[in-house]
Amino acid sequence: MQKKIMMGHGSGGELTHRLIKEIFLKNFDNEILAELKDSAVFDYQQARWAFTTDSYVIKPLFFPGGDVGKLAICGTINDLAVVGAKPLYVSCGLVIEEGLEISLLKKIIGSMKKAAQEAEVKVITGDTKVVEFTGFGGLFINTSGIGVVPQEVKLSIERIRVGDRIIINGTLGDHTIAIISQRKEFDFQTNLPSDCASLYPLIARTMRISTGIKVMRDVTRGGLATIAHELVSKNNFGVELWEEAIPIKKEVEAITEILGLDPLYLANEGKVLFVVKKEESDKILQALHGHPLGKEACIIGKIVPTPAGKVYLRTSIGTRRLLDLLSGDQLPRIC
Amino acid sequence: MKYAGEFRERQAAEQLSGKIHHLMDHIGRKITLMEVCGTHTMVIFRYGIRQLLPDKLQLLSGPGCPVCVTPNLYLDKAIIYSSKNNVIITTFGDMLRVPGSKSSLADESSRGAQIKVVYSSLESLRIAEDNPEKEIIFLAVGFETTAPTIAASILMAKERNLSNYFVLCAHKLIPPAMQALIEMGELKVDGFLCPGHVSTIIGSEVYQFLCQDYGIPCVVAGFEPLDVLQTIYLLLSQIKAGQAKVENEYERVVSPQGNLRALELMEQVFETADSSWRGLGKIKNSGLRIRDTYAQFDIERKWPLEMEEETPNPKCICGEILRGLKTPPDCSLFGKTCRPGHPVGPCMVSQEGTCAAYYRYGQSLPSKVLQS
Repeated sequence: MQKKIMMGHGSGGELTHRLIKEIFLKNFDNEILAELKDSAVFDYQQARWAFTTDSYVIKPLFFPGGDVGKLAICGTINDLAVVGAKPLYVSCGLVIEEGLEISLLKKIIGSMKKAAQEAEVKVITGDTKVVEFTGFGGLFINTSGIGVVPQEVKLSIERIRVGDRIIINGTLGDHTIAIISQRKEFDFQTNLPSDCASLYPLIARTMRISTGIKVMRDVTRGGLATIAHELVSKNNFGVELWEEAIPIKKEVEAITEILGLDPLYLANEGKVLFVVKKEESDKILQALHGHPLGKEACIIGKIVPTPAGKVYLRTSIGTRRLLDLLSGDQLPRIC
Repeated sequence: MKYAGEFRERQAAEQLSGKIHHLMDHIGRKITLMEVCGTHTMVIFRYGIRQLLPDKLQLLSGPGCPVCVTPNLYLDKAIIYSSKNNVIITTFGDMLRVPGSKSSLADESSRGAQIKVVYSSLESLRIAEDNPEKEIIFLAVGFETTAPTIAASILMAKERNLSNYFVLCAHKLIPPAMQALIEMGELKVDGFLCPGHVSTIIGSEVYQFLCQDYGIPCVVAGFEPLDVLQTIYLLLSQIKAGQAKVENEYERVVSPQGNLRALELMEQVFETADSSWRGLGKIKNSGLRIRDTYAQFDIERKWPLEMEEETPNPKCICGEILRGLKTPPDCSLFGKTCRPGHPVGPCMVSQEGTCAAYYRYGQSLPSKVLQS
């Protein structure tokens, strides 16, 4: 293991996984954490609860389609929603760099308020710390969220069977490209908005219409490839993804080609992956298509028996290749 | 312009695959083709192109990954410069994790050195203008593709009287390296897939000497999977017909003479010089040196460092891989102590390096899956 923390430890790839395994799981050893879900799910006092936390460290603070405040609410709500919970309450911890304009803080907290209202959650506790100017960008937000999982919800990896379909609710990579296009080191311009959104309404609607959803995953850091990997790792099935079916906007495809990035590993903030019973997949697609956040939903792959624990891509030219975990940040190529 | 999707059609790929198999049946012997450029190596893996080729057709990766061929000494120098007060190192992202003799730029960054990843040399100029009290050193590695933009940045720095912008230059030229590989005589290459990006600048005609003097077919290739398959088809057609000529599969981008304006810029700022390549050693006239007129921007002339090349890890076979003599699975470190998260040699660092490509994409799938 490296002696110091490097940027790659935060990428969601192999280095992050090693930190989790070798430091966090080793010390906080318990069966709820060990499941490593988007939210911890536990039973207490005749109810099933979901609890999650996330820190939002983003530069720039404002980007097309949102800002760090909206992101901090939606991200935490989404972590709750994908374990089948109805989000109820959220906390708001702020670490502010000295020098941040109060008017910006007001704007960001205003976005948090709006996002919380839309998702019908309340921010019920908080904390503020101020640190010396470091030049990073002004503000870090941590939110935790708690929700309740209805009794009828039966999401579980154990229900996954060979032949189940993989569905995604829309295009991949929009968030990352929207963010990097705002950084001054890139000279390209695009109006592509981030997909940052609260997924709870879409998920709740779909779960009402069909009981065929077996597992959901929030497709954030590390992108589709990493999330699919987490789904199959240590399990006795694999995932086949269909390159031609994976929705990617033309702008995203063009920019990722230029920079040498792979859209399958880019972060999203409004995308959910569903593993669904094959026979229910059409009904679920229809339900998704009826909601603004699911209009571009499509089936992008299936659960396969071999290779177990792995993810592979059926490429557009008909060949197959494994999709592995990234071992660090994606680095743009030289030429 | 055609959209990229048209170069990724399954039916067309299968047709080309059929033609390639047919030609190989006629040729009837083992054929070795070398893709010189690292981006081609990536495309071949990303699209599983080997699955469409006959077993007797071998594709070898050449010395066309800029990070991979940059020697340790260069990184050791960059690391020493990065430790000086008041210096900001600007670099393409690929260079960050490359291990030097003792550490990497990423290690130095986590210890507090100021290292910024940039996407162009012009961005480095902007950093120099924004930080007049700092000295900005841009790590200029790469081939003919990036050299003109470095030249442009030096000319602009001169025009703007910037006295805090410097370049640590290790630019290399591709055709002399191709020639050196053949001259070494260790490897028999039946044809070259010539690099598309580099050829955009230098044109397709420069490869003529490889056909005339060495009898090796050369085809300039684009970067979509169908480009690669079509290039292989063209090379095999030449081999079958006993020809050796330059063909340009990437006509939509590459012209015979190249980008004349870019070549002029390079000529104005740089002169050719002998250069050390990892794995290939010193090759005559294979590098670029900043001309005396622009010496003020050359950090090695402002702050010369007397350093010896340290011996790389003796178990690392990057050199032999870069010469096409071995493949990554032949290496005892590959996938064990040498992984993308902890690279020992440079071919594992750059995502276009042969070892990184093998590691990420090269694990084979069960034949049942491949045929499904």
